[in-house]
Amino acid sequence: MLDTTLLWHQIRRAIVIARKDIRIYYSKGPVIIFGVLFPVFLFLSFTIGRHMSVDFMIPGLLGMILFFTATSISPIVVPWEAQARTLERLMSCPVRLETIIAGDTLASFVFGTAISLVPIILGLIMGIAISGPVIFAFALILAALCFASLGNVFSIPPTNLPATVNMIASVVKFPVVFISGIFIPLNELPVWGQAIAYISPLTYFTDIARNCIQGQGHLPLALDFAVLIAFTVVFLVVAMKMHQRTMPRRI
Amino acid sequence: MKGDSSSAIVVANLTKRFGEVIAVNDISFQVNKGELFGFLGPNGAGKTTTIRILTGVIRADGGAASIEGFDAGGIRAKQIAGVLPEMANAYNDLSGWDNLMLMAKLYGVPSSEARDRSEKLVESLGLLERKTSLVKTYSKGMKQRLILSMALVSDPELLFLDEPTSGLDVQSARLINNMLRNLNGKGKTIFLTTHDMDEANQLCDRVAIINKGRIVAVDAPEKLRMATSSRHSLEVSFSGFATTESLAQLPGVSEVQKVGDKYRLYTDNPGELVMQLVNHSRTIGLKIVSLNMLAPSLEDAFVALTEKEVEHA
Repeated sequence: MLDTTLLWHQIRRAIVIARKDIRIYYSKGPVIIFGVLFPVFLFLSFTIGRHMSVDFMIPGLLGMILFFTATSISPIVVPWEAQARTLERLMSCPVRLETIIAGDTLASFVFGTAISLVPIILGLIMGIAISGPVIFAFALILAALCFASLGNVFSIPPTNLPATVNMIASVVKFPVVFISGIFIPLNELPVWGQAIAYISPLTYFTDIARNCIQGQGHLPLALDFAVLIAFTVVFLVVAMKMHQRTMPRRI
Repeated sequence: MKGDSSSAIVVANLTKRFGEVIAVNDISFQVNKGELFGFLGPNGAGKTTTIRILTGVIRADGGAASIEGFDAGGIRAKQIAGVLPEMANAYNDLSGWDNLMLMAKLYGVPSSEARDRSEKLVESLGLLERKTSLVKTYSKGMKQRLILSMALVSDPELLFLDEPTSGLDVQSARLINNMLRNLNGKGKTIFLTTHDMDEANQLCDRVAIINKGRIVAVDAPEKLRMATSSRHSLEVSFSGFATTESLAQLPGVSEVQKVGDKYRLYTDNPGELVMQLVNHSRTIGLKIVSLNMLAPSLEDAFVALTEKEVEHA
């Protein structure tokens, strides 16, 4: 039987862990470099000199920034804690391993959501209109949670070197950006390109963003949301199950 | 699991393997409530693995353990225990005070209670003036005292301490040991691993000696010392140089060690050896400057018991 008091305690402790992560890890070099600077410069390098409408640019920029920022903290926290020898202390506290992962995910989620407001405000200043703002906000929150959960999948290998985890994450993150309709809309991709795009969770958020900002998406909104929810659940379950196996090996 | 209401920790047939290596091999013991229990063993004996299983950091492959009746490693067991892991660190990017508040929140301690308790802890462990400094500016001794405070901020009934004074300066080690005595005096159960035999002898009600993953003895330090009869020794110094070889040939001597300007001779018949030494000093033309009869130390008991285990293996 589910003990609701125990569950409530674990939720509160996940928030405590998230607040600790926010205080300690937001200002770390790899988070700033891979989470903020990299996506901005990458986007600029692909857009400067090309004639693109603001309506087209902003969903792409938003998708990329949200993807990079939300996946910048959750992969490095566990290896960083193991390296700094704080992980064993944390694991011996009255928190479940799932609570630790949930806390790390929450910190990444907050970071991703907060930073993604920058391109949205920038776009609004430049004159974009968001149709269905509630749907858009829900998509933003869902995508931030999905990407933050993916970040925890990157840190499954039991290495205590944040740089190694960042390397593993980069191997996945960079190709994902190129296949997710950021720079080339889905409907302009060949069939094989679209087939690859569908394996990326970023594709579905970008599609929702284009739907709300450009007024045209490639897939039905319901399908975009369903796939994003499915990705989130899979990433969370995989991260929690696999960290059960690898976390003790970091000590 | 067996164990009565007076047991704080019950361990039954606990086993943990890392690949081919059996780190903890079918060990069983009980720790009584209010007891200061020492867990001694050489490096790689299985001390830290045992404490990590008991504190829920790793899972056992076999056997069972309980903390105050709750399964070891479960949330309820963790809630009533404070832990000071070996080589642990506090968060360097937070102040000492913020580390304490963080730990209090993770244990669900109400804020006002956490502040009151933390004030007392930082004061009693000599951290009051530096409590708002970042931990990265603390010395090793200060960090260890802070980590002990973090283990105590939830006012746990039971404390797990893995080598709490290892590598510390005398002052910090003494401060921590005094704190442990006070806590034990107030009825807290303490499970302590240490390499320091003198520390174990001074602090512990009972000790378990573990070697190669197996418990070789569990008893009071004094009883373990006295049970090691063959480790009685005489410490003698002469007015001149005597060779260890000639002393080793005396009847009844099992081992000779040179300790500074003295010689320590191990025997199971110290009375007879006194006479042998007097005769020997006459033979070699030296005077005996000092002669002391030593009962076996806990270290002697430890060496004897672990060596016996190696011989049996």
